[in-house]
Amino acid sequence: MSDKLLEVKNLAVVYNTDDAVVHAVNGIDFSIKAKETIGLVGETGAGKTTTALAILRLLPERTGRIASGEIVFNGENLLENSRKEMRRVRGAHISMIFQDPMTSLNPTISVGDQIYESLKIHNYENKSKEQLNRRVDELLELVGISAGRKCEFPHQFSGGMKQRVVIAIALACEPQLLIADEPTTALDVTIQAQVISMMFDLKEKLETSMIMITHDLGVVAQTCDKVAIMYAGEIIEYGTVEDIFESDRHHPYTAGLFGSIPDLDVETERLSPIEGLMPDPTDLPQGCKFHPRCKQCMAICASVLPPKWQEGEHVIACHLFAKGE
Amino acid sequence: MINPASSASVRRYKKKSRLKETWRRMKKNKLSLIGLAVFSVFVLVLIFADVIVPYEVALKQDMANRFASPSWTHLLGTDLYGRDIFARIIHGTRNSLTLGIAAVVVGMTLGGTLAAVAGYYGGKIDMVIMRITDTIFCIPFMLLGLSIVAALGPGLRNILIAITITAIPNYVRIIRSAILTVVGQDFIEAGRACGARNRFIILRHVLPNAIGPIIVQATMQVGTMIIYSTAFSYLGLGIQPPAPEWGSMLAEAKNYMLSAPHMIIAPGMAIVLVALSLNLMGDGLRDALDPKLKD
Amino acid sequence: MEPLIKTVDLKKYFKVRDGFLHAVDGVNIEIPQGKTLGVVGESGCGKSTLGRLVLRLLEPTSGAVYFEGQDILAYRDKDFRKIQREMQIIFQDPYSSLDPRMSVFDLIAEPLIVNQIFKEKTALEDRIFELMETAGLAERFVNAFPHEMDGGRRQRVGVARALALNPKFIVCDEPVSALDVSIQAQVLNLLMDLQDRMGFTYMFITHDLSVVKHISDEIAVMYLGQCVERAPARELFLNPLHPYTRALLAAIPRPKLDRNRNKKIIRGEVSDPVNPEPGCRFAPRCEYCRPDCLGNAIGLKELDDYHFVACRLYE
Repeated sequence: MSDKLLEVKNLAVVYNTDDAVVHAVNGIDFSIKAKETIGLVGETGAGKTTTALAILRLLPERTGRIASGEIVFNGENLLENSRKEMRRVRGAHISMIFQDPMTSLNPTISVGDQIYESLKIHNYENKSKEQLNRRVDELLELVGISAGRKCEFPHQFSGGMKQRVVIAIALACEPQLLIADEPTTALDVTIQAQVISMMFDLKEKLETSMIMITHDLGVVAQTCDKVAIMYAGEIIEYGTVEDIFESDRHHPYTAGLFGSIPDLDVETERLSPIEGLMPDPTDLPQGCKFHPRCKQCMAICASVLPPKWQEGEHVIACHLFAKGE
Repeated sequence: MINPASSASVRRYKKKSRLKETWRRMKKNKLSLIGLAVFSVFVLVLIFADVIVPYEVALKQDMANRFASPSWTHLLGTDLYGRDIFARIIHGTRNSLTLGIAAVVVGMTLGGTLAAVAGYYGGKIDMVIMRITDTIFCIPFMLLGLSIVAALGPGLRNILIAITITAIPNYVRIIRSAILTVVGQDFIEAGRACGARNRFIILRHVLPNAIGPIIVQATMQVGTMIIYSTAFSYLGLGIQPPAPEWGSMLAEAKNYMLSAPHMIIAPGMAIVLVALSLNLMGDGLRDALDPKLKD
Repeated sequence: MEPLIKTVDLKKYFKVRDGFLHAVDGVNIEIPQGKTLGVVGESGCGKSTLGRLVLRLLEPTSGAVYFEGQDILAYRDKDFRKIQREMQIIFQDPYSSLDPRMSVFDLIAEPLIVNQIFKEKTALEDRIFELMETAGLAERFVNAFPHEMDGGRRQRVGVARALALNPKFIVCDEPVSALDVSIQAQVLNLLMDLQDRMGFTYMFITHDLSVVKHISDEIAVMYLGQCVERAPARELFLNPLHPYTRALLAAIPRPKLDRNRNKKIIRGEVSDPVNPEPGCRFAPRCEYCRPDCLGNAIGLKELDDYHFVACRLYE
């Protein structure tokens, strides 16, 4: 019996649009244990949000399709769940926080009612109205909002407070796994610090696991235990947070990401950006998806999919490491 | 430095003419081509009305042959005075189509200008224009129209003035909201930052980006304007009989709707076809002008 | 040497229902020729408003803006347009800053056409290609539309357009915030290369402290319409004085493992910019707040070489 809360095996997701087939996710593997936080890092188009939506089976109905793979949560393959079973999972076992707090809340319903809604849908123990209302008050206090504000509407709250409400809704039913899609990107730095600190504390208290989707390596360093770096729908590097930040072995893309960020503590004349753009997901290159932009590209990279080099938990998918350097 | 071959590159990258591009994209939309075809028929009828059937036929009464159903001699039947409906439709095209289109063109131009000024400048100017517009809007359309026609007298030109004035407030509101969504965008500020004058910005940036809703409204309104004019015709304030005009034909046919339905169907269908064809063309044009839609 | 840009007690108040919103409230800055002033702050601090005031895209409520020693607010239309060519802006949002109906050619040509720079078509075309090359845009995009290009390329169009009139001064309003990290780096490098080659003076507005440190010579920190600290870039990070600056620096998540969970997190939220109390705006959130922090305006005082701070702690 594995101790893994969530195990994603060889997941592939495509979007069938009118023009072309978009290969959004191309065979990824990762797993999370209880109380663990994994960071899913990548730039726009890497496939991070698609992965999250796939886990919750919230892909757009007409176009999105899980082409292959397994998503095993608590021993069950979520891909085999019926709609009704998935609805039970969403909110109660796996919750999601979306990126933009400004649009995640319904502007015409009070924040208290929105939290209440989540509790009511998953009220499997048939708690009374008073009990549920008390829980709403508890949750608001938990995220640092005074319970007296529960009749107020979203527009009366600032961005940071709105995100706290969103987090309260997500944690209302004490899910085992929380998926946070760029939860602080739209917030000011000082508010971001507050929200991340709060999320961290809550996570410890409620023993929730978390998938933190972000492009910000700083946030990853602060909050994650494991990191998966995504590029063009694949996980090209994976490991513990020590592996990613302290090891000297990296996938060239990861090295490029670090080189693109201005470092507060080191003076550099110029940044070392990665040349070029992420590939078109309807027309992915052969072999290693990163090879057209890679400064260390070899002949084999253009034709053969890179093997996975592994040392402990640190995995890098790159030909450079294949020979066992 | 400048690549000496750059001028040659320009020829390589020659911009296709905007007009040709728009036409090419419109052509792809089958429905809009159908609309264009139908509308062209009406335009041809307008131009060649006299050739198709002499004007006198439209006026010639034949009391022995009233309310005749469609037959080979009278393609669309006859009306309450025995006049040939087909001929009246043909010759009515000139009056009705001109009325509908002129009302919309004049109304949209005036309304659009007011809306552009109100939306772009905002503040007190916006407030003044919108309050005046709202006031006119509050007056019941018939009351306003009747007052204008009463003051100016009956006839085609004066109905045109009346229906245009009553319709302008509606246009101003719709166009203004389209303009407000454009005005908030950064590229308007970018235009000002490089020194463009306000008039330039309105004509070059604001209106072209607000054109979508404008076109749709315009095409929908032609049919509406023709129907508005029937109200005046019904009251005898429109084009004076016996001149043929679809609106007045509708008014005359109303009393005989059950006994002689062919009288009302003909002008009704004519109005519907014009409105529909313009609608389809308008949709096609709007889509063709939007650079973001798939080519 | 006269600074290229200088503002004196610049203010902008917006009338709102309950009173006045103090967007920019008495800001004094100076930017020497060829240098970059970074303006940092969070939402509502007034940095974007300041950028627009300096270009006179917004009319100030009071105060003065000097360009090359001349008061630009005193100029009338025609004369102002001549100066306006010397001062341009690059916008934050590469999606809404380009007219979706105009091709790259039209977009870059607009400033040149509006100001009637070229009489001949071929001269205009040559200049457009030159600008595209300078901004790193391949020739083949000349007839492309904004929606056909990604954010990085669109921003390069914005850069090319800003360069068209050969300005001396460019306000960069969060030009890389909407871009992916690797594209950000490309555009930042471009801006820095251009400054080296052509001697532009920049006002670089951003909320991202790591970016601003990389590109700026001097940095001004803004909070609720006031400049609370101003210092050379390196100095500001080595020795931040104002409590807000310190809190801002502490809040940045560094891409390094440092599980010091006891870092002080600043509490509370930004206060209301409408009809604010006179005195320090940061007082409600400041752990060093004293009674004399409120009530009277606190001006910027120079402490060390060019290091200015507006705080009672240092008086």
